[in-house]
Amino acid sequence: MNNILEVNNLKKFFPTQNRVFNGFGKKPPSHLLHAVDNVSFSLASGESLGLVGESGCGKSTLVRLITRLIDPTEGEIWFAGENIARIPAQKAARHGMRSQIQLVFQDPHDSLNPRFTAFDSIAEPLKRLGNISQSDRLQNRVEELADRVGLSQTLLTRFPHQISGGQKARVGIARAIALNPKLLILDEPTSALDVSVQAIILRLLADLRETLGMSYLFVSHDLNVVRLLCDRVVVMYLGKIVEMGNTNALFRQPLHPYTKALIAAIPHPNSRHSAVNLKGEPRSPIDPDPHVCRFYGRCFKEAKQCHQTMPLLQSKESDRFVACHFPEI
Amino acid sequence: MKEMQPKTTQETLLAVDRLSVEFATRRGTVRALENVSFDLKAGEIVGIVGESGSGKSVLAFATMGILDRAGKITSGRILFDNIDLLQIKRSQLRQKRGKELSMIFQNPRAALNPIRKIGRQIEDVLQAHANLPPKQRRERVLELLSLVRISDPSRRYNAYPYELSGGMCQRVTIALALACSPRLAIADEPTTGLDVTTQAAVMDLIVDLAAQTHMATLLITHDLELAAQYCDRLVVMHAGHIVETAKTSDLFQHPRHPYTAKLIAATPDPEKDLAHLIPIPGNLPDLRGELPFCRFRDRCDRASSQCDTVPLERKLVGNNHQVACHNHF
Amino acid sequence: MTISIRQTRYILQENTLTLVAFLMFLSLIFLAIFGNAIAPYDPLETNSAIALSPPSLQHWFGTDQLGRDILSRAIVATRLDLGIAIAAVFLSFFIGSILGVLAGYWGGWIDNIVGRAIDTIMAFPLFVLAMGIVAALGNTVENIIYATAIINLPLYARVIRSEVLIIKKAGYIEAAKLSGNGDWRIMARYLFPNALPVMMVHISLNMGWAILNAAGLSFIGLGVRPPTPEWGIMVAEGATYIISGEWWLAMFPGLSLMFAVFCFNLLGDGLRDSFDPRKKT
Repeated sequence: MNNILEVNNLKKFFPTQNRVFNGFGKKPPSHLLHAVDNVSFSLASGESLGLVGESGCGKSTLVRLITRLIDPTEGEIWFAGENIARIPAQKAARHGMRSQIQLVFQDPHDSLNPRFTAFDSIAEPLKRLGNISQSDRLQNRVEELADRVGLSQTLLTRFPHQISGGQKARVGIARAIALNPKLLILDEPTSALDVSVQAIILRLLADLRETLGMSYLFVSHDLNVVRLLCDRVVVMYLGKIVEMGNTNALFRQPLHPYTKALIAAIPHPNSRHSAVNLKGEPRSPIDPDPHVCRFYGRCFKEAKQCHQTMPLLQSKESDRFVACHFPEI
Repeated sequence: MKEMQPKTTQETLLAVDRLSVEFATRRGTVRALENVSFDLKAGEIVGIVGESGSGKSVLAFATMGILDRAGKITSGRILFDNIDLLQIKRSQLRQKRGKELSMIFQNPRAALNPIRKIGRQIEDVLQAHANLPPKQRRERVLELLSLVRISDPSRRYNAYPYELSGGMCQRVTIALALACSPRLAIADEPTTGLDVTTQAAVMDLIVDLAAQTHMATLLITHDLELAAQYCDRLVVMHAGHIVETAKTSDLFQHPRHPYTAKLIAATPDPEKDLAHLIPIPGNLPDLRGELPFCRFRDRCDRASSQCDTVPLERKLVGNNHQVACHNHF
Repeated sequence: MTISIRQTRYILQENTLTLVAFLMFLSLIFLAIFGNAIAPYDPLETNSAIALSPPSLQHWFGTDQLGRDILSRAIVATRLDLGIAIAAVFLSFFIGSILGVLAGYWGGWIDNIVGRAIDTIMAFPLFVLAMGIVAALGNTVENIIYATAIINLPLYARVIRSEVLIIKKAGYIEAAKLSGNGDWRIMARYLFPNALPVMMVHISLNMGWAILNAAGLSFIGLGVRPPTPEWGIMVAEGATYIISGEWWLAMFPGLSLMFAVFCFNLLGDGLRDSFDPRKKT
């Protein structure tokens, strides 16, 4: 299959410093927060890949790396035959890939400039990257996009505070698809919306993918939503991929204990208690021990092996990967 | 709108009776709640569900007596243990609040004082409401911390909120709310912003503690699935009206109000695919100015001429199942 | 981006205090533009015969020690005082905004240099610094403007910087980058305009302060020189006559000063609202 995106051994470490005073002339010891730690996966052309994990697992950092808003510490990001990890984030604005990888933000309100009308927001990428400067062509294209995402044209002159959350989400989507990107990254696109609107936006996204032939990287913590839109799912925990596989297979038979917990956490009517079997607190992502499984301490399985060797992401069946010494328990 | 007199049995702890709340804004009066009635028995967990803007938080705040200054209770009674909370003195209400009624807030970090140790904060509540000598107070705090499943309570006693994760902070606010063994706890979106696994753990905790202490719990949430899992009964709100109340299983098996049915159809769950996810048309009506008798009228496909002419009454359609609709299922 | 007339009108209707301040501001502008034409007497014409005459129908505000009409002098002085304040505030706003946006957006060494420079200015008592600058550069109107601008610079740079630090975390800044905006464009079209509403309050408060500052410099003999009509000089000259009972010499220019400062202080909130699109209906 033809891969649109291939991420190889990608790492992003953020330096954190203990700023507490610890004596004159001593430089505070520097620590590294392992936000994304040796992550590899690929995304086939036209595929929709889900990225699941809890806050702080590095999914937002991964999104910012792939959209080239921040520079990776190490690793490769192959997009359309080019290693875009090499382009410095500073120069990404003028690189061709910028129009090809676009992002729909989590918070539709926060991602719109309060001083721009809906029209201005949608027109922005067309003006900067699409080289459309004539006002009538711009007008036509923006109206066409508004139609495509189901945004009434009378709303184009409104400011973000004058339209509803669902309408803002549509503006954000219209802006992201304005340049017909090959890869659209959706960063929890419906988490700030009400269920009634969520359903509309999810259906819109499914339609757009079909009509425009885009590939999706769908980031979410809501497994019920991921199921609806994604062919394959990647599960991340503290900067590492713990499981990866076909959506249905993964939901039917999760292999990693964390994936199991995530699925158990989906509310079920009248069960009165969740089946989540986790304990303790997550390990610190700052200077983690490279030999200890990241899930150690929360996992019900506390074998010696888990404390001595980091489990690697291994293929279990075709297209099914898991990083655990004791999968399927 | 005529309402049936809520039956006040021995067991009924909280009875909200035809409560109406208005907000004076610069652009007219918002009728945030109109003739809202429901009751809550000791030890019962009732969920109030609805989209944002449906008035569920206003209802919680009004019950706690902590409405914003702009909000005015225009009619109705809030009977707590057969005492009308709207008639008693502010000082009496303050006494009840924290001791007999308590609240778990949406954003745990904002509900905690950032520069005071968490143990001290719980002690403050005990000092204000419980007659305990200082030594026993500390004991009680440690007891509470272990009750909310915080490991190593004597060490966490000295922690500041920023040192704890979001889930931990929410556990602390639960400990705060339960410090004086209240008879009623109102949880306003207690798990919004928490990870799914943490959400499950926090909800499990609330439900377990409620069962242990025979505490009545009002869970306010936009998440229908979550409410379905943990609540005995559900109250469905739409645009300041209660449209349906029923036992959770009844509500899901036989929703009687068109809005409830649509809400269920719009909520993703593991058995649904995208084609079966049906959006709800339209938006919540503007609550300023003239409103039809039924505020769901413009979004409803079962609307008839009766909806415009006959005021809504709440009908009993089953065992403890009430619906406010002329053309209900 | 722009303040529409409709919005301004809406804000004025909403808030009577802003309306009052706005009317006061309009009258100040009117006096500054047409002051020379409407002043009943020549502000420089001396007439020892009527020196120190109290307020009367001929001379509403009375006359000073040289027999000049105080009303005319106070009216004509509006242009100079307002001019100094506006020029100084504009200058410090302009430079302070650039420094603040750069420091806030880039951080790092630019932030360090700007921060240290500002701290250096702030280390002095500001009015004394202004006195020193005018004394060193010479007693001219331009130098009063420069001095006032320099001592106001830290305020603008700091406020803009802290606003930019907040705004640059917003999602729409990342969205702007993904839409192909370079750093300069982001600063000019996203960061600066969104920091503007908060700045408006400071500009307005600062205007009143700048007027006081300019008048203060003249009052102690630095800056504008007699016989030029200027509120600060007039108060200074009139002050010596208060004890002997000729209160009007200092009183009326002082009131003019107060009127102007009061006007700008009231105007702040209204200005902020008119620069904030969220307040539009």
